[in-house]
Amino acid sequence: MPNILVVEDSPTMRQLISFAMKRIPNARVIEATDGVDALKKLSSEKVDLILADINMPVMDGLKLVSLVKNNQSYKDIPVIIITTEGAREDKERALAIGANAYLAKPIQTQELIKLVTSFISA
Amino acid sequence: MKSSKKDFIAEAEELVEEAERLLIEIQETRTAGVNPDTINALFRAIHTVKGISGLFGFKDIADFSHAFESLLDDIRLGRAEVSEEVVRFLFSNNDVLKKVMEDIENGRDHDVSGHLQNIEAFRNAAKESGGSHKVEDILGQIDAAILKVLSEYEEHRLKTNIKEGKGIFLARAVFSLADFDKSLSELVSAIKSHGEQISTLPTSTDLPPDSIGFNILFGSGKSHEELKQALDLPVDELIKRKGEAAAVPSPSKMQESSIKSASTYVRVDIEKLDRILNTISELNLLRFATNRIAAEMMETFGHTPLVVDVFKISQSFERRISELKEQVLEIRMIPVGQIFSRLAQVIRRYSRETGKQIELTLYGEDTEIDKFLAEEIVDPLMHIVRNAIDHGIEAGEERKKAGKRETGAIILKAFQRGNHVVIEARDDGAGIDVERVKKKASEKGILIPEAELNNREILDFIFMPGFSTKAAVSEISGRGVGMDVVKEKLSSLGGFVDVETEKGKGTAFILTVPITLAILKALIVRIGAEKFAIPLTSLSESLLIDHKDVQTIEGKEVYNLRGEMLPIVSIASMFGLEGDVSERSYAVVVGYGERRLGLFVDELIGQHEVVIKSLGDYFKGLRGFAGAAEIGRHEVILVIDVESVIEESLSRQRAMRHV
Repeated sequence: MPNILVVEDSPTMRQLISFAMKRIPNARVIEATDGVDALKKLSSEKVDLILADINMPVMDGLKLVSLVKNNQSYKDIPVIIITTEGAREDKERALAIGANAYLAKPIQTQELIKLVTSFISA
Repeated sequence: MKSSKKDFIAEAEELVEEAERLLIEIQETRTAGVNPDTINALFRAIHTVKGISGLFGFKDIADFSHAFESLLDDIRLGRAEVSEEVVRFLFSNNDVLKKVMEDIENGRDHDVSGHLQNIEAFRNAAKESGGSHKVEDILGQIDAAILKVLSEYEEHRLKTNIKEGKGIFLARAVFSLADFDKSLSELVSAIKSHGEQISTLPTSTDLPPDSIGFNILFGSGKSHEELKQALDLPVDELIKRKGEAAAVPSPSKMQESSIKSASTYVRVDIEKLDRILNTISELNLLRFATNRIAAEMMETFGHTPLVVDVFKISQSFERRISELKEQVLEIRMIPVGQIFSRLAQVIRRYSRETGKQIELTLYGEDTEIDKFLAEEIVDPLMHIVRNAIDHGIEAGEERKKAGKRETGAIILKAFQRGNHVVIEARDDGAGIDVERVKKKASEKGILIPEAELNNREILDFIFMPGFSTKAAVSEISGRGVGMDVVKEKLSSLGGFVDVETEKGKGTAFILTVPITLAILKALIVRIGAEKFAIPLTSLSESLLIDHKDVQTIEGKEVYNLRGEMLPIVSIASMFGLEGDVSERSYAVVVGYGERRLGLFVDELIGQHEVVIKSLGDYFKGLRGFAGAAEIGRHEVILVIDVESVIEESLSRQRAMRHV
């Protein structure tokens, strides 16, 4: 049963993504409202994939990626970054520090599900 | 004439002549980088003129040479650049000095007040234009590891804080995992009361397992001491507040001491630095040996204090070596501005020759690049700007008709991206006519007419040998090098060139090169009986692939990597080697986007820092290798030139598709 950590500050977006994730068989969704909250969830739960927004208050997605990818116990967790369309620089930065994939908003549910599935079934 | 006056004239004339000689030397070496000693000698000559004229009671000359000296002081201390204009102005002032001396000799009246004002105005202008430290320059003081995780907005805030003269600090806190969110928000609100919190950077390295560290980057107008006390935490000062900045010695003090101390710069042949780097790589081999010995000792004797000591020494050995390496690499760095100013000269000259007015704008001149690389890319860049002036930017009339400003624009921009330096040369000319390129390519027989290519693929033809869309070879750009040479050069440096163009709007050539070639981390792989090194900078991941999962689509081998097709190339077959026979192979994924490629290798051996050595003239024509490197005692392996392998594979794919 894959545990997917959805990190997104906007409640609507978070719900939307979580809803899409629930269409993946057996998937369990853990929600976090920002990077710090995500770290908290990471330390208490087993997480198989992280889906994180870039722009978030307190601690953003870039910092989350950098921590996860530099941490022995988390570094193998795939991280998919969600960016605003056109924020090319941020997207490149995320990939450069180790994000496994990115998806630009507006998100196509089908595309999101396909991408997430490709990581958890691999 | 009184004899004292005669004595003065004799010595002063000598000094002014000396100044002229030095000025000529400065003019001649300006583009290649003036020796700071020369500027300092010029400064001293004028300083002496000032001294003796005061002594002999020639107040006018003393005043004038004082102003002249201050101007030279600005240049000497890097507050003003040695531009063509500045050199011309220095010449004219030296002429003023000569003229005044003649007047004194002949008993004529002279007035220097106008010249004094000129110098004053010039100094102010020069300081505004190039003298002041730029934000990008200051940013370099911050650890690159921090900069690379900042978002664009955070970077902007950081720059704004610097511009406002705030100090930049890093507060380091460690919290327990159980309640870190609460502690963190308390810390953040404390920091906010002292300044602006720019970014929160988490870290878990070197910490106990049940804790988490946060480095908070913030800007504040308060002093380092004050903040340390207020926050009761370790606080690093990354950038000093304005006003506190590394104290520029006061001019009067400098004048006294500078007479003796020439300059603190030394010019070093880059070959000498290369030799140091070689020694460092040999030290690295010794470090590996120490490590191995420590490991063996531990197996035999267990964790005895002696064994632990050896381990510790081996570790600090490693740290010192990497510090040393970084310091040497730093010496090799020069600001891109140095090559930009040479290009600026070329642009001015061609703009005169063609009669096209060009406005040049430079960005990111402070971006640092390895001296060797800078020299290597200056010719390709030169070719690109010549092309831009010749083919890109239209004649004034034509531009007016198109509703553009009559003066064409060229923008040269440099910035760092990860381990690479990106240099963009952009013009606002006519853009490249894709249809014309296509037509030309079919005429040359290198494009099959029915082949369906997108614009990007068509534009790739301009990088083919012997391809030029202008029918007549022009005076300016028709001089030997073509875009194919540009591309090849970049590839040989481990970089690549990209082109963006829009009809009627302009063209940009984007050159990406590694920051330094000297030492790089490489993945050592085995293919059959041979070992090869693949630079880590070009590598994104490695996979273990079952051969049965590799499909053949349109004649090329691909693997479905998380839903995307990854073209696969076997290094063994590309280089004609005999690889292992097995059901699974490692694939090393290199390149990005459309240039992504999986290279099949037999075994991943490990990471290694290597110093790439040239293969020499004998192997010059050999494609696919960037050089050779030593990885162990007398073990020399070839370093794969990833860019040329990608090229080779892309062109094979194209060939397949067009069959």
